[in-house]
Amino acid sequence: MASNSGFSSEVGRTLIQLSQESVSNLTLEQGSRVAVIGGGPAGSFFSFFLLKLAETIGIDLEVDILEPRQFSTFSGPAGCNHCGGIVSESLVQMLATEGINIPSTVIQRGIESYVLHMDVGDVRIETPLHEKRIAAVYRGKGPKDIQNSKWSSFDQNTLKMAEDRGAQVRRQLVSDISWESGRPTLSGPKGEIGSYDLLVVASGVNSQLQYVLEQSGCGYIAPERVKTFICEYHLGEEQVALNFGNAMHVFLLDLPHLEFAAVIPKGDYVTLCMLGDEINEELVSSFLNAPEVQACFPPDFDLYQSSCLCFPTINVGGTGQPFGDRLLVIGDSGVTRLYKDGIGAAYKTAKAAATAAVFQGISKEDFKRSFWPACRKIEIDNSIGKFVFAVNKQLQRTKVTRRTMLRMTRMEQTEGGPTQQMSTVLWDIFTGSAPYKEILLRTMKPWFLARLAWNFVMGGLFFDLKNQDTGAMDGHERLGESLPG
Amino acid sequence: MGTSDLGKAYRDKEPIVRQGEAGDCMYVIQQGEVEILQNRDGREVILASLGTGDFFGEMALFEREVRSATVRAKGEARVLTIDKRTLLRRIQEDPSLAFNLLKEMSHRIRRLDKELTEHCTEHH
Repeated sequence: MASNSGFSSEVGRTLIQLSQESVSNLTLEQGSRVAVIGGGPAGSFFSFFLLKLAETIGIDLEVDILEPRQFSTFSGPAGCNHCGGIVSESLVQMLATEGINIPSTVIQRGIESYVLHMDVGDVRIETPLHEKRIAAVYRGKGPKDIQNSKWSSFDQNTLKMAEDRGAQVRRQLVSDISWESGRPTLSGPKGEIGSYDLLVVASGVNSQLQYVLEQSGCGYIAPERVKTFICEYHLGEEQVALNFGNAMHVFLLDLPHLEFAAVIPKGDYVTLCMLGDEINEELVSSFLNAPEVQACFPPDFDLYQSSCLCFPTINVGGTGQPFGDRLLVIGDSGVTRLYKDGIGAAYKTAKAAATAAVFQGISKEDFKRSFWPACRKIEIDNSIGKFVFAVNKQLQRTKVTRRTMLRMTRMEQTEGGPTQQMSTVLWDIFTGSAPYKEILLRTMKPWFLARLAWNFVMGGLFFDLKNQDTGAMDGHERLGESLPG
Repeated sequence: MGTSDLGKAYRDKEPIVRQGEAGDCMYVIQQGEVEILQNRDGREVILASLGTGDFFGEMALFEREVRSATVRAKGEARVLTIDKRTLLRRIQEDPSLAFNLLKEMSHRIRRLDKELTEHCTEHH
């Protein structure tokens, strides 16, 4: 009796579960055709995981990656994806766990620390475990004037990974998307490319394709964007090592509309990235003229003579609905992380999309149930991120708070030990290594607030009062170690 | 160690984890080889060697036990640390991330079974 009762309840639970789960009538079958527009990390990761997961359940799929650019052939904009080129600490770890180790021929430089530059001084913050956990890469071949580089393109490496899994790369530009009998049909300048069972858009935020998709009537809305500034300086490998070492250099300067600026050392070059709500030539000029920035470069180096520069846009608003029947939008053209770790967000949304398509189905409802939660989680965290960056901006505005942050971080770095609260908060904000929610919660802990208050009084307020009395205040003092090491 | 690599470099015979220590992370070998050994009654017994792409220390992710063996570099090796907290948070979001770990752990159990069978056969 007991076993019969157990069996009945098990069957009952299964039936309830089945009735609750809508069974999709749109699924990927043996031989289904999948089009992936864009061969950047989002498109390549999606194709790689889709083929890997499909193999586990015994389905052979035909995956076409439509990417006209040759990442490893042309230098400059022709092969570039307009990005700072940082593979975050958390993504490096997740990829290694997946069995994907980034080859050293792709890593221009392993980053082991960052140096925070402010008008009140500098401080170096080491990685929590004192190891190189961030990869500085070039998405394409490199800047316009690059010659005989020993490093290769990150995007080419991920695309090759997808190709090795069985995806086919077609060097074709997609200029039109139409829906015939509910199936996506793609066309290019030379005519129809083909009809597919599933369309995955991973064309990034700087492509015209998002407007084509918007006008195709599938419900997609192009995301809100802001302009950024990226430029490359050629210094040579030795000079890069001498001036910047294996550290990312972050600048917190009181310049209007500037959220964040960083110089990332690569092989023979350094990449300058500026993020904010209104980046223009005037702001770039103010930044390049700042003594904190010029002090990082060799004397007499002309910061207005770059090897390559662009003002690409980034997604700061999400898309509302990055899916539909037989449609997925991933990476920067869908939902991505605010300001940081765009490649990490591409990996997350690509994998969530591949998992949903293989195990759940390819209808709008399937994606809403199993793909959208991953995107929604990023969107909610971005809302918290906006608050974190707004607070950080306020702290940058007054000298007393900048001194407080500097003092607290320097003390933590000098003392060592486990109480690296400000250091880890700043590390995670600037490297994108932790969710913004986690960073915010850490700053609300009583011990963090108590130490912040103590440093505000001792290092910020008291220092200001003392120097007002003596008139001995120096705008750019260096209390810590020499830079860079 | 060049500038174009990740993780931490270890010299030949330098220990990466020590038997009996508390652990809260696992490791992925980026380059080189490591050897796993146990101290038994004052004697070092080498259990296995691992190479590029292999991982070790994964038991610390699932159990609160001390490290069961010492792992040291065999020649120069470069190893990346995987934080327990980061990994478990991500596994909660994406359980398929654990597939690779489970697959390798399954291979190790299969190998141990084989060795145990061979050992028992030899002693009968």
